Amino acid sequence: MFDEFFIRALVAGVGIAIVAGPLGCLVIWRRLSYFGDTLSHSALLGVTLAYSFSLNIAFSVFVISAVVALLLVSLQKKTKLAGDSLLGLLAHSTLAIGLVLIGFLSYIRFDLMGLLFGDILAVTTADIGLVWIGGSIILIILYFIWKSLFSATVNYDLSAAEGMRPEVSNFIFTLLLAGVIALSIKMIGALLITGLLLIPAAIARNISNSPRQMIVIAILSGILSVVVGLFASLEINTSSGPSIIVVALLLFIISLVPLEIKGQLQKR
Amino acid sequence: MNENNNLLVRLKDCGVQKSSKWIVKGISLEIHKGKIVTLIGPNGSGKTTTAKMALNILKSDEGSIENYSTKMAYVPQKISIDWTMPLRVIDFMNLTSHINKDEIIEALELTGVQHLIYNEIHNLSGGEFQRVLIARAIAKKPDLLVLDEPVQGVDFNGEIALYNLIKEICTKLNCGILLISHDLHFVMSATDHVICLNGHICCSGSPKSIVKNSSYIELFGEHNAATLSLYQHEHDHSHQTDGSVKN
Repeated sequence: MFDEFFIRALVAGVGIAIVAGPLGCLVIWRRLSYFGDTLSHSALLGVTLAYSFSLNIAFSVFVISAVVALLLVSLQKKTKLAGDSLLGLLAHSTLAIGLVLIGFLSYIRFDLMGLLFGDILAVTTADIGLVWIGGSIILIILYFIWKSLFSATVNYDLSAAEGMRPEVSNFIFTLLLAGVIALSIKMIGALLITGLLLIPAAIARNISNSPRQMIVIAILSGILSVVVGLFASLEINTSSGPSIIVVALLLFIISLVPLEIKGQLQKR
Repeated sequence: MNENNNLLVRLKDCGVQKSSKWIVKGISLEIHKGKIVTLIGPNGSGKTTTAKMALNILKSDEGSIENYSTKMAYVPQKISIDWTMPLRVIDFMNLTSHINKDEIIEALELTGVQHLIYNEIHNLSGGEFQRVLIARAIAKKPDLLVLDEPVQGVDFNGEIALYNLIKEICTKLNCGILLISHDLHFVMSATDHVICLNGHICCSGSPKSIVKNSSYIELFGEHNAATLSLYQHEHDHSHQTDGSVKN
């Protein structure tokens, strides 16, 4: 019925949505959306390095994102600049370095649009394996550090005082975030990954009243966005990343309706 | 032997330095099972910092900390739950360890907020949230309980009830309590050991001996001190503006 590449994209996309759900909730709770942006901007540098030294793209993106995250922590300790300024500095300088390097790599046929906005044609069977195995590893680690991570999200001191070792789980969380970006860069593209983390979680926040519910709804709306977005991308021949994010946005607008109704009811 | 078995935390000459300035220095204290130790002192005197050292949140830049407690619970002074998180009271009660529902309800009953169990945290008033915080700490059945101004924002009657509860919990759970409080009446009537802080330990001892101490009188003013003591002594040292001792 469908072409094989499309099935591959669907399977990989659903896998990404499942991993992005819980991580996206944490990104929202911890107000890390700009941090996610910085990591994904630096992902472009990871991709160019992968081409230059013929490395695996996901691996190289993961390494660069992790390095950028560590750099951020050390800069925060050394300078007096606020976190958002440092994030901006790192995001744009790594993006710029990545783009400059692409200029040097003129001998390779480069699909810049694909890198920035995702390309479902690029998803291979190997990528599916990577997404599902990598995604499972991320979720398993997340499961084990969840209590610590969640309590530190609510209150760091409380978590530290009660023996949850939040400094360790915070560090691991950063690596997991780098990991999910590495997994999704091919399909969503460097510029839009944070959208897939944030928007489903934002939809979930509108219509849930417990942390667990929010995670489940974030996963479901992520999957829905990916499936509908990919169909649209196929039908009207648009890039996969933007299509998925636009669908997610539409879902977000729909999720505002129950809030509106609740508000109206309370006024009466 | 028995003495050592009851020891939960021992701070020996501890201090915390921030950008080459000592926030507190030379802090020594011990917390034993079934005893309440109180920290009093003006704002910025290092009470919270001292409590955080005892809890292992902050590392001491000098001296040594020995911690023998296995289960600590903490009621922080200021806590703001991010409004981006849909967190109900019951989720919050389970934050750092799983507690069964009967015990959660029991603890919430003790602090008078059992009716709020399914409410979202961000719909609670300051005083209600404070009661939830205390209930959570109690429900954990800790052997060391650190309370940083636990009754702030609680109504007048509630304040007395909660202080009595704290005293009761201390006996019932046989846990050690480190309490930071501005309520001198409670401090003097219900605690076992009082430490008067102002960047260093000004004076410490039993409530009875403390109210007679000149540093205490200087720190809290004669009027406050007089309500608790009939005695007044000569000052043995005075403070500079940063709290250090004038020579």
